[in-house]
Amino acid sequence: MAEFGKPDVVEEEVDILIIGGGMAACGTGYEIGPWLDAAKAQGVDIKVKLVDKAAMDRSGAVAQGLSAINTYIGSEQDPADYTRMVSNDLMGITRDDLAYDLGRHVDESVHLFEEWGLPIWKMDENGERHDGSKGMTPLKDGGKPVRSGKWQIMINGESYKWIVAEAAKKALGTDRIQERVFIVKLVNDKNDKNRIAGAVGFSTRDHQLFVYKCKAALLVAGGCVNIFRPRSVGEGQGRAWYPVWNAGSTYAMAAEAGAELTMMENRFVPTRFKDGYGPVGAWFLLFKSQATNAFGEVYMVRNKDMLEDYPPYGLAKVPASCLRNHLMLKEMREGRGPIWMDTVTALANLRETLSPREVKHLEAEAWEDFLDMCIGQCGIWAGENIEPEKKNSELMPTEPYLLGSHSGCCGIWASGPTDVGAPTSEEHAEKDKIPSHLPEGWNWGYRGMTTVQGLFTAGDGVGASGHKFSSGSHAEGRMCAKSMVKFVMDNKDWKPELDTDVDTLMEEIYRPVRNYLEHKDYTTAIDVNPHYITPRMLQFRLQKIMDEYVAGVATYYTTNEHMLALAEQKLEMLKEDALKMRAKDLHELLRAWENYHRILTAEAHMKHIQFREESRYPGFYYRMDKNFVDEENWHCFVNSVYDKTTKTWNCFKRAHKDLVDKSKLFK
Amino acid sequence: MPTFVRTDKCDGCKGQDKTACMYICPHDLMKLDKDGSETGHAMKSYNQEPEQCWECYSCIKICPQNAIEARPYADIVPLGASVQPLRGTDSIMWTIKFRNGTMKRFKFPIRTTPEGSIDPYGGKPAADINKIAENGFFVEANGYRTGDPSELIAK
Repeated sequence: MAEFGKPDVVEEEVDILIIGGGMAACGTGYEIGPWLDAAKAQGVDIKVKLVDKAAMDRSGAVAQGLSAINTYIGSEQDPADYTRMVSNDLMGITRDDLAYDLGRHVDESVHLFEEWGLPIWKMDENGERHDGSKGMTPLKDGGKPVRSGKWQIMINGESYKWIVAEAAKKALGTDRIQERVFIVKLVNDKNDKNRIAGAVGFSTRDHQLFVYKCKAALLVAGGCVNIFRPRSVGEGQGRAWYPVWNAGSTYAMAAEAGAELTMMENRFVPTRFKDGYGPVGAWFLLFKSQATNAFGEVYMVRNKDMLEDYPPYGLAKVPASCLRNHLMLKEMREGRGPIWMDTVTALANLRETLSPREVKHLEAEAWEDFLDMCIGQCGIWAGENIEPEKKNSELMPTEPYLLGSHSGCCGIWASGPTDVGAPTSEEHAEKDKIPSHLPEGWNWGYRGMTTVQGLFTAGDGVGASGHKFSSGSHAEGRMCAKSMVKFVMDNKDWKPELDTDVDTLMEEIYRPVRNYLEHKDYTTAIDVNPHYITPRMLQFRLQKIMDEYVAGVATYYTTNEHMLALAEQKLEMLKEDALKMRAKDLHELLRAWENYHRILTAEAHMKHIQFREESRYPGFYYRMDKNFVDEENWHCFVNSVYDKTTKTWNCFKRAHKDLVDKSKLFK
Repeated sequence: MPTFVRTDKCDGCKGQDKTACMYICPHDLMKLDKDGSETGHAMKSYNQEPEQCWECYSCIKICPQNAIEARPYADIVPLGASVQPLRGTDSIMWTIKFRNGTMKRFKFPIRTTPEGSIDPYGGKPAADINKIAENGFFVEANGYRTGDPSELIAK
């Protein structure tokens, strides 16, 4: 009989393992079915399993819903335009091949969402907006979406994830889905350390250890939240901007498996409605609202000259996101806060041209924007008696987040398409510093594969791109479905062998439980014990280090090489102490492993910032000792690999190349 | 705005081993207190880690007894407000109560097809194995954007 810390072992051999259940995983789960049938017709019977630490109906970043699909190209725009936007928003260092490929595929997924039942707002011939339940012409037949921005379309998205998950779950079938199992570790192959052979995790419900062997794995477990001390440290700590359950598992597990990471110095510091982190996109883009300092001055106008410090990225029609923060932070630092979103003027202006019916609709639209994706903001408005037509709301830059699908580009170095002119060799001065086992160029066989054979990623996992959002993550997952099937067909006779035996894996995974059971009776207070640390306190320690030394909110996002050196020492000791985390139940074991993943992700972030001797993202972070953008030396990718035996990082440069003409942004 | 469970409404999902809120919570927060040893309320669920609640409202929306509500974060928000949904099969109704007593009600569509009606591959073509390494997906939904080839300057 299994008991706490002595689980039953469930071993399963599959061909393709999908780790995660969010938008990317659902894209893979949907697309893969017909390709499995096609492979079977060729005599290759492929076994698939999807493992989610939560329930697919409400897992991942879209769990709460969304009020917009932020990436829809439309027939009137070119994937190259999208590629340019992604590049400029991320200060020039993105992979055009990945962005372009996403741009040409993404609308296919959006059209399916609408077919499945997602209500998408439409514009009628008179320019009036209608919600998505009115049965108007679908997008795929030429229906006109309501654009809240050049790339965004409005939806009634409360059930967005529920709908996308329904399609994926039906496509896969319940036998191929395992929920409430948290994969915490990838396992390399015994005969090839640069190849994936399986993954291991535990049930958060039962005393069961799951050991999977696989030929290919898709690692799509989201971005990373709560490595920095959040602005709300009490009950409000969970009200993170990005979902609090995104624990960096994607980056940490990939790094430990030997995958090359890219742009881990990048972060996203969204400016959002204060405390609730409600979205501002619709307010800026749809309602034409402006943000001001305490004196009603529009900081984007007042501080316009500051954009000229960062050519060419500041000079585009829409300056990079970080630079918009940069202009706002000047107001805050110099004492002209608080920053306001002038909702009162915006709504008054709109009222002048609208009928009373349209005004009522407008009010509902403003509230729906929050209710669909950030309900907590409504709680704050209601608690503070804020009605947006009568009272303005404060804006605030958040604590930093690491992700690859929103306005961020950290992640894993992934193989791109071969037909867009991407480099196939390395041509730059420091190419000798790239470890020799890593591939040259931007594509090495299978779309979406990392530098580890058989390990694929999508969504937040794919670095050096960004701006995929929900729809693009789904589309990327679909691309991986095809390439993983092809990979398995090409390797049909290969047998995975785990490089670590099951007993050793079990020892390691349940160590926090052992720490607890062995020492719990040493003290009278369960949480204060010299022999172990609670996952919660370990997380506080991580957040304090990152906040105070690695450019968190405590220092107005500033750091320097000396502070980073201190962070380095403190993180090393924290990583050692992670072995002393305790777990008093399965829930705490989940938190323990999430926090281990957070530490590795945080360490990667710190190492990359240390390596990149410039401040590439002013407004997101500043290295005050190198407070400039250095196009001559640092217009390049910073990549890294982690050695799990020595527990050390190796950072190096890879050359950047434009595949589309960026000068068009400035014409 | 962590969730809380009302003792007068929660029935522990009638003694099943897993409640609806436990099933759905993306962050593993909701827990059934089977014997009452943790809360003093046997066979009712509770939020075991309120400071980790993203207030995604998944548990509130799914609870068959409407027993779960949210209280805005005590460390941030003045008391007295509430935001409560009633989620149906095709729409969701929201009731927002302000601290000063102002009430607002909204109803929004949530899907245009019956729940559970998606036929993922119905009317869709089979995949062509010869195209597995090409661009595009097994089914064309009129959304593939070929792009102007002259834009690709390195090709």
